[in-house]
Amino acid sequence: MNQTPQSTAPMAGQLPHVLSADNVTKKFDTAEGPLVAVDNISFDVRPGEFLSVIGPSGCGKSTLFNIIGGLTPDHDGTITVDGEVVRGPHPSIGMVFQEESTFPWRTVIDNVCFPLEIANVPKAERLDKARHFINLVGLSGFENRHPSELSGGMRQRVAIARTLVSQPKILLMDEPFAALDEQTRLLLGDKVLQIQQELKQTTLLITHNITEAVQLSDRILVMTYRPGKLKRIVDIDLPRPRTSDVVSSPAFGAYVAKIWGDLREEASRGMAESERAR
Amino acid sequence: MRAMAASSARFLPAAFGLFCLLCGVAIVEGMLRAGLLNRFIVPLPTEVIDSFGRLFGDEQLLARFLTTVQETFYAMAILAVIGIPVGTLLYQVPVLRKATETWISALASAPIVLMYPLFLVIFGRSPATIIVMGVIAGLPPLILKTIEGLSGTRQSLINVGRSFRLTRVQMLTKIMLPAALPTIFVGLRLALIFALINIVGVEFLINFGGLGQLINDLAERYDMPGMYATIVFVILVSVLFFFVTERLERWLRRMS
Repeated sequence: MNQTPQSTAPMAGQLPHVLSADNVTKKFDTAEGPLVAVDNISFDVRPGEFLSVIGPSGCGKSTLFNIIGGLTPDHDGTITVDGEVVRGPHPSIGMVFQEESTFPWRTVIDNVCFPLEIANVPKAERLDKARHFINLVGLSGFENRHPSELSGGMRQRVAIARTLVSQPKILLMDEPFAALDEQTRLLLGDKVLQIQQELKQTTLLITHNITEAVQLSDRILVMTYRPGKLKRIVDIDLPRPRTSDVVSSPAFGAYVAKIWGDLREEASRGMAESERAR
Repeated sequence: MRAMAASSARFLPAAFGLFCLLCGVAIVEGMLRAGLLNRFIVPLPTEVIDSFGRLFGDEQLLARFLTTVQETFYAMAILAVIGIPVGTLLYQVPVLRKATETWISALASAPIVLMYPLFLVIFGRSPATIIVMGVIAGLPPLILKTIEGLSGTRQSLINVGRSFRLTRVQMLTKIMLPAALPTIFVGLRLALIFALINIVGVEFLINFGGLGQLINDLAERYDMPGMYATIVFVILVSVLFFFVTERLERWLRRMS
């Protein structure tokens, strides 16, 4: 059911890794001295795998997201994509952000066309591709709406389509559904599962939501509270293709309980520290 | 029924404002007729209203208005061409911004109209002097609002641009300037108001051009009703400009 962090090295016969994090450490200088946000984290992502990183608030998940995405180049250790060291935003990594990130002045289709426009893809081709991905995220019929006319969940789907249209090898998402209610989150989880199964998309999800992580993932990396270290890797052995119905299965409950068991101690420590700081 | 209530709620403030204005006018009329105010200084409001017909006929008020609008339009075009790029440059070069921002803010509140003799010497008694004065008056708010708009671009949008490996120019043209557009438009609106005030003021001071010159002419002829009517007309023009630009700004805000 689970592995220790040391057991992540590829075994003979396994698929090669599409992304590897090797001894990644990030320190911030603060008024109270250096703060280690991410401490010596190593893991690999296999092609087509859905991997989630879960941890309590303040454990350095978003820092790790920025490091993998190449937005925080000043760190120790290396991130490699197909053996190539990531030194900045990498063409093989497509990012979806936690915060609202659709362009409000562009319609849905123009938002989704954005990366293709930057890549100088001919207009007819980019419109075709954009329509395909808009359809994939279930937003057909909304092509000419502006983000202000859509719900939060729909806007996040636009952001996902915009990232997918550039056909990245790895889809990297930072709590994309954090601002949504639980039911919308479950339904969007279904949509993400459907997309991932259809595209065989390698996906790395940063989240603090246990049910979301178990619903979607093949493996879950559990992080400790500050400094953010890798505590455990949990293999999720639930059948695929999956839907949100999986949440009612006993196995799902067992995984949730197991991960919560790991996280409770960390979350309590985080809460106690933040209360002490007040 | 509900639609009627909504409609009355929408128009009630405007109707009340108009009612207050009419009451004010009626009070002034009454005070003048009762001899409480000097009619040599303040004409009767009814005389002011009556004089509009002759202003449009004899004094070519519409042509004067169009002259002022034309000068304002040229000033705004020059302002947009200079102000937005200068604001962008100052945003991009922090040292330059820190060195000049305080001066620009000070200039925004300075009585720039007093500089008119300088430009009168340079450009003579011509539309160029008026337009340049309008441009100088409108520049500070436009530059400051451009900087504010660019600085206020949401980090998540910038991160999207970074994740797609945009060049610096692409980041500016595809993300930052569109995101800053509503704030830049506020700057354009302020610039328009500042420019219009200065354009009419300089027209008055150098007795040349559109509405400002007409006010000067009428004052020199001691045509008090005509002068007040022209001032009311200038105020109405400002209100119209304000109304149109406010609507445009609301539309832009809705888009963002």
